[in-house]
Amino acid sequence: MATHQVSREVVITVDDLKKAFGQNEVLKGITTSIHRGEVVCVIGPSGSGKSTFLRCLNLLEQPTSGKVVVDGVEVTDPDCDIDKVRADMGMVFQQFNLFPHLSVLDNCTIAQVTVRKSNKAEAEKRARSNLERVGLLDKEAAFPGQLSGGQQQRVAIARALSMEPKLMLFDEPTSALDPELVGDVLSVMRKLASEGMTMFVVTHEMAFARDVADRVIFMDGGYIVEEGHPDEVIGNPQHQRTRAFLDRVLNPTSVGQIGGEDEAYAERHQSEPEADGDGDISTLSPGQPGQIGRST
Amino acid sequence: MSTVTADPSSKPRLSPRKRAQRMRWAQYAVLGIVTILAISMANWSQIQSVFFRGDMIHETLTQGLPNAFKNTIVYTLGAFVFGLVLGTMLALMRLSSVGPYRWIATTYIEFFRGLPAIVVFIAFGLLPLAFNGLVIPFDPYGTVWIALGLVGAAYMAETIRAGIQAVPKGQVEAARSLGMPTGTATRKIVLPQAFRIITPPLTNELILLVKDSSLVYILGLSAQGFELTKYGRAIANTNANLTPLVIAGFCYLLITLPLSMVVRRMEARQKKER
Repeated sequence: MATHQVSREVVITVDDLKKAFGQNEVLKGITTSIHRGEVVCVIGPSGSGKSTFLRCLNLLEQPTSGKVVVDGVEVTDPDCDIDKVRADMGMVFQQFNLFPHLSVLDNCTIAQVTVRKSNKAEAEKRARSNLERVGLLDKEAAFPGQLSGGQQQRVAIARALSMEPKLMLFDEPTSALDPELVGDVLSVMRKLASEGMTMFVVTHEMAFARDVADRVIFMDGGYIVEEGHPDEVIGNPQHQRTRAFLDRVLNPTSVGQIGGEDEAYAERHQSEPEADGDGDISTLSPGQPGQIGRST
Repeated sequence: MSTVTADPSSKPRLSPRKRAQRMRWAQYAVLGIVTILAISMANWSQIQSVFFRGDMIHETLTQGLPNAFKNTIVYTLGAFVFGLVLGTMLALMRLSSVGPYRWIATTYIEFFRGLPAIVVFIAFGLLPLAFNGLVIPFDPYGTVWIALGLVGAAYMAETIRAGIQAVPKGQVEAARSLGMPTGTATRKIVLPQAFRIITPPLTNELILLVKDSSLVYILGLSAQGFELTKYGRAIANTNANLTPLVIAGFCYLLITLPLSMVVRRMEARQKKER
């Protein structure tokens, strides 16, 4: 697995994770691990199970079977104190989910006070320093409803950071934003990555995944199809399904894709996945960045 | 096919707007005639002596109206607080994942919503007789608060449940993802938002309670415990005159109309925020 300047210490281990909603099996056996300081981006078509995968990591979805170990604690063990694990695991949602009845500052302090039992002054100090990190210190007295989507998402990041988490989960953090507001949120995330935060990001921002990720996971149909360094997975994908997906995302308006999309879809839902997606990747040369266009 | 409208050369038909206008004028005319007839045929001096007799107004105002007014408010507020606490508990039980809690709450709510409030009051009036030596604290207030609150709680529980369910699921997820246990998430995140949503319907419950507080006459209270209806009725009965009841009625409106105005304003504000 190609990772650079990432510690070998494993933070999350996922072993044969499966999740079904009734008859609908969304995750069909996910095995991977995340190292300390690593930035992992998960890409893939909608319905491929990426968000469900992320939500299984902090048990917002209860996995049907399989094992998830976070920092040595098996969260899938029924006797695990999940609240304690979650407190060390920041999460950022697509819809921000700020608490609308609390001010920006209180959004960032409430969990510190109720969960960490920090005193108010300490909590506010930490909240302010994190609001400064996301560039919104001047908004501490505002309420979420008074902020733009991009500002709300940055507050949500500050809220998660105020718990001083060991790692951060991002569930499509820019998908609900107007295009011109995406940049602010992404630059906060870039900064966070450069400071060494362990990040697990489900995203559609290919440029972000290519530039920031240490590893990209391509998921489709409930499996990990391909994973590796972004230059490999995005720059030089090995699997037909990865190629078809990237083609659609990177050249959304190109002619001749109309039939191709249906074919790729049909293929995706017929064939079984390859047993292991990353073994053959490591031998490949990095792809040409010139191929990559902006997704928006 | 020839219809009435077929021939364009005949008398021009009225446009729909003109027709609607004429209809409205006709309605105004009928309304005006009825009003004039009612006024001219009514026996004004009799109406005045039955509903607005001067000496009766004076007697009602001076004999203990402030006390009755106070009692109505105290009965209502106490029952509202009691009902709110019990109703919140019931709402949470109704949404609980624990089966027996849900069943208990559902049974309670259906029972007290299906029962006429007056039956509950009659039962409460008889309780001290049925259970010898039973003492309800703060008598008579305690009895009224519990009886009125028990019924009110059933209605409020449904309102509160709707409010809790109106809080987006993402709010709970965000709270839990920060490490908050279920109870903390409910108390700090869900309930504050739910109560903000249901303040207008809860105020309506309060208005209903103000009116339902008139049912306590059935409990057989001492004169000190009379609320507006019982007080007005007592004087009306002894004098065979309706004036005291009219005044009691005005007092209720004095409480309920401002409350409805507040509700309307809150609803308008919520609509704007959305």
